[in-house]
Amino acid sequence: MIPASAFFALAVVLFVLGVVAFFVKKDLLTQFMAVEVMLNAGNLAFLALAKALGKAEGQVIVLFVITVAAAEAVIGLAIIVLVFRQRKTIQTDDLKDLRG
Amino acid sequence: MAWAVFFTLSFLCIGSVAAMVLSRNQAHNALFLVLSFSSLGGLFGLLDAPFAAAAQVLIYAGAIMVLFLFAIMMFNLRGELPARVKKVRLALTAGLGTILLAELLLAGRKLVHGSPGAAPAAGGDTARLGRLLFADHLYAFEITSLLILAALVGALALAGRKEGA
Repeated sequence: MIPASAFFALAVVLFVLGVVAFFVKKDLLTQFMAVEVMLNAGNLAFLALAKALGKAEGQVIVLFVITVAAAEAVIGLAIIVLVFRQRKTIQTDDLKDLRG
Repeated sequence: MAWAVFFTLSFLCIGSVAAMVLSRNQAHNALFLVLSFSSLGGLFGLLDAPFAAAAQVLIYAGAIMVLFLFAIMMFNLRGELPARVKKVRLALTAGLGTILLAELLLAGRKLVHGSPGAAPAAGGDTARLGRLLFADHLYAFEITSLLILAALVGALALAGRKEGA
């Protein structure tokens, strides 16, 4: 029997790794993957809580998160493809039009 | 036993995300993420959530990451592989194929000769989840289908346009 705290610790480590990856990496695709890692860390925390409290609602939320992540991935990748078509690059260092 | 599985899966999960931070090749990053999400699916199974585990492996490690890989192939940022890498890849593919064949044979043998004892417990939990999803949270569920449709239309409107149109 593994306590919920072990799963929480794993979820925290995963989330922090996702944040670190988001800021360390310099291309849009890998940054987008880092966002997916963060979403998954959240899912793990939801499931750990669902088991600790004996409620199945946590699993329902996880299914919704997976669905929303799928929709988000489709739109995000479409935007990245559009950026690549217009600029021929997806490196964030080359995309600084918003910097004054 | 459960602790051994937990530590193996969490090591795989954290290790592959750390490898994603260190690696510079986007296709490798996507494959590391597939490994990480698959081991997370195993962890979901440890948490008595078989349906979420299946959805994680099918939708996340399967559908979403394949979408990422297709996008990476569209960008085509890398050149041709050197011949040495191709040989290593052939050997790895052969090894993995053998392991997969052995796994499937073992699973099939267990299905034929095994005792049908474990299925009802998992089915009961999934039935409870289905009732929650289709009775208590029906509106949220229907709204998600609208969200998926909107995402589909949005992706077509954004990326489906021809060059210069």
